[in-house]
Amino acid sequence: MRKIAIYGKGGIGKSTTTQNTVAGLAEAGFNVKVVGCDPKADSTRLLLGGMAQKTVLDTLREEGEDIDLDDIVKVGYGRVRCVESGGPEPGVGCAGRGIITSINLLEQLGAWDEKYKIDYTFYDVLGDVVCGGFAMPIREGKAEEIYIVVSGEMMAMYAANNICKGIKKYAQAGTVRLGGLICNSRNVDNEREMIEELARQLGTKMIHFVPRDNMVQRAEINRKTVIEFNPEHNQADEYRKLSRAINENTNFVIPNPLAMEDLETLLIDFGIAN
Amino acid sequence: MPNRKDFTNGLPDPIALREEILKKYPAKIAKKRIKGIVINDPNLEQEIMANVRTIPGIITQRGCTYAGCKGVVLGPTRDIINLVHGPIGCSFYAWLTRRNQTRVPEGGDNYINYCFSTDMQDENIVFGGEAKLKDAVREAFEMFKPKAIGIFSTCPVGLIGDDVHSVARDMKAELGINIFGFSCEGYRGVSQSAGHHIANNGVFKHVVGLNDRERVGKFQVNLLGEYNIGGDAFEIEALFEEAGITLLSTFSGNSTIKSMEYSHTADLNMVMCHRSINYIAEMMEEKYGIPWVKVSFVGAESTCKSLRKIADYFGDAGLKAKVEEIIVREMAKVEAVKSSIKPRVEGKLAMMFVGGSRAHHYQDLFGELGIRTVSAGYEFAHRDDYEGRKVIPTIKIDADTRNIEELSVSKDETHFRPDLVEKKAELVSQGFEFKDYDGMMPEMLKNSLVIDDVNHWETEKLIEFYKPDVFCAGIKEKYVVQKAGVPLKQLHSYDYGGPYTAFDGAINFYVEMERMLATNIWKMIDAPWKNESELVGSMTIEY
Repeated sequence: MRKIAIYGKGGIGKSTTTQNTVAGLAEAGFNVKVVGCDPKADSTRLLLGGMAQKTVLDTLREEGEDIDLDDIVKVGYGRVRCVESGGPEPGVGCAGRGIITSINLLEQLGAWDEKYKIDYTFYDVLGDVVCGGFAMPIREGKAEEIYIVVSGEMMAMYAANNICKGIKKYAQAGTVRLGGLICNSRNVDNEREMIEELARQLGTKMIHFVPRDNMVQRAEINRKTVIEFNPEHNQADEYRKLSRAINENTNFVIPNPLAMEDLETLLIDFGIAN
Repeated sequence: MPNRKDFTNGLPDPIALREEILKKYPAKIAKKRIKGIVINDPNLEQEIMANVRTIPGIITQRGCTYAGCKGVVLGPTRDIINLVHGPIGCSFYAWLTRRNQTRVPEGGDNYINYCFSTDMQDENIVFGGEAKLKDAVREAFEMFKPKAIGIFSTCPVGLIGDDVHSVARDMKAELGINIFGFSCEGYRGVSQSAGHHIANNGVFKHVVGLNDRERVGKFQVNLLGEYNIGGDAFEIEALFEEAGITLLSTFSGNSTIKSMEYSHTADLNMVMCHRSINYIAEMMEEKYGIPWVKVSFVGAESTCKSLRKIADYFGDAGLKAKVEEIIVREMAKVEAVKSSIKPRVEGKLAMMFVGGSRAHHYQDLFGELGIRTVSAGYEFAHRDDYEGRKVIPTIKIDADTRNIEELSVSKDETHFRPDLVEKKAELVSQGFEFKDYDGMMPEMLKNSLVIDDVNHWETEKLIEFYKPDVFCAGIKEKYVVQKAGVPLKQLHSYDYGGPYTAFDGAINFYVEMERMLATNIWKMIDAPWKNESELVGSMTIEY
């Protein structure tokens, strides 16, 4: 089983990209599990056709320790097994600790049992690596491959670089590696070249460039991935390419985060040059 | 390394010892640490580094901010429910460990023997613990109907952002009793000292001044910074009662929350432990015009001095005569015991590393027996406790101190006492000193070693060098020191002893020192294998 975590700046499109990629893998016949690690619990919406998911932490709170795996795992598009870890309302408690509790509980309940024959687990993690709890999937080898969703915007690149610092920290002591950058295009000038260069400097590759297309938005309104909503569309093919790239990827590295000045130089070279 | 010398003609210069201690540290740490280890010269104005963060990795004596707030300052008040918001350990390990005693009148409330905690679980950390805290407050109220409830924040509360103050406000409105919270998360300051300050602020803001009780005595005073360990406050209370001095409230040994509510009607505040309570004394002077003086009832001489100081303040002939009568009578008893014990312990050497004032106060008691203090230091004091209040304006305010709320206090026009301000001004002109704390260092011997926040490595080296006859600290140090063959007297909890304040307390302490020091037992406790040759044996194994 390959264990993958998707990180990236908030609002960059992690959940959308993850679910569309997962749909591509499912379509190709793989058994996939998605664990949403966001208190908003919206990481599996497109796969389940709406937010029908009861979260691990809500279930834990309401039913105590005596939980059945079926209470918290829902099967969605392409037999993808979907879990939402959930968490507190905004401004209350500790969502990071919630992630830890929830992943531990899933393991304890045998969510990765042999009988499910899972080929891929995807952890879709909220925003930046904000604290220890959100780094949980990359600690202790819960996830071994990290893909960072990024765009050509400064703050997205800055966040990607920051996440690399987190990965580096845990990679030196464990098995986690960076698998590559996924560029979710925002139609920034020279975006492809800039992200390729960022990837190069980080010691990794841009694994795929996902162009911007309104079809993504339309599919989302219909609570579906593009592959399910409009399988013939060009954007569906882009996600299939991305899922293939991940499936075929063998390039796993300990990233080499950039100094702030180098990151700014990169932006000047590629951005202001025009 | 130089060994113990004959100290009759003064203490040896411990510079070589200090060098050896510092040699072990990395250069950067040694550079910082040397500022906290001062070779004392009472004739010089020396600066010591204090109240700064302990270097990680060093085994410190210090406690946490929560311990200072809940355990030290609020803990000894018997009729407030001290509810700890946090995982159970913080509450359990602070439960009845300080030996602060209390005397409950018939039908009075006493919650000291209970342990109140919200017992936070994983779920409360993830989803926030405010709802559970409210339930706990309601439950405590239902069961005990207390007059007041204090809520104490432990570390996780600060991390997850539970707002104990808004919970306290809501619950106060719902239940109609006084409820207030403390943001005293353990990590908040350098040591427990931050907790004292936070507790002072809370008590001043939420308790002091709530009840304008009519005057009941001619001489109304408060005693601040006396926590009734081993019954210390009982001794002092008895003295006041006999002298005709009305003790309104003690902060906080043997106290009630109600007594604190009318403490602002006092004529004088007396500060025992300067470190933990000077904040309230200062704020009460600002708001109500009540002056404060530094007193100490540790040691018979200090007790005489303090009693006379109170009598001089009130300037009442009857009070002065009564005080002198008590002193003459009590000192006769003290002298009788002292004269029989002193010859057996005189010339012995003591060291004390404890508290924010005890390391100073107890030197007086030892001095009465002719026992010299060769090295001393505080666990959590600030520079003014070492060097005197005159250095306060020069103390650098660091980020840790800024982390603690500084209350802005203004005159309470209805309760302010201009008569006391006038009295103070007049007494000052006659040479009477207020806010008079000169610190520990000016009163220590030349070449004694003053160490702030001593650690275990330094403790071992000190014992090797001075070979003291008695070491005073707390439970964390006790057995390490005793394994080195030196008896340790706990000055936090008094082991199982006390009281040690006032005249009877001094006698108790003399007797205790005789028991501990006039014995050779400590020289007889070498491990058996140190004196015996190696044991050799054989065994046969049959198959």
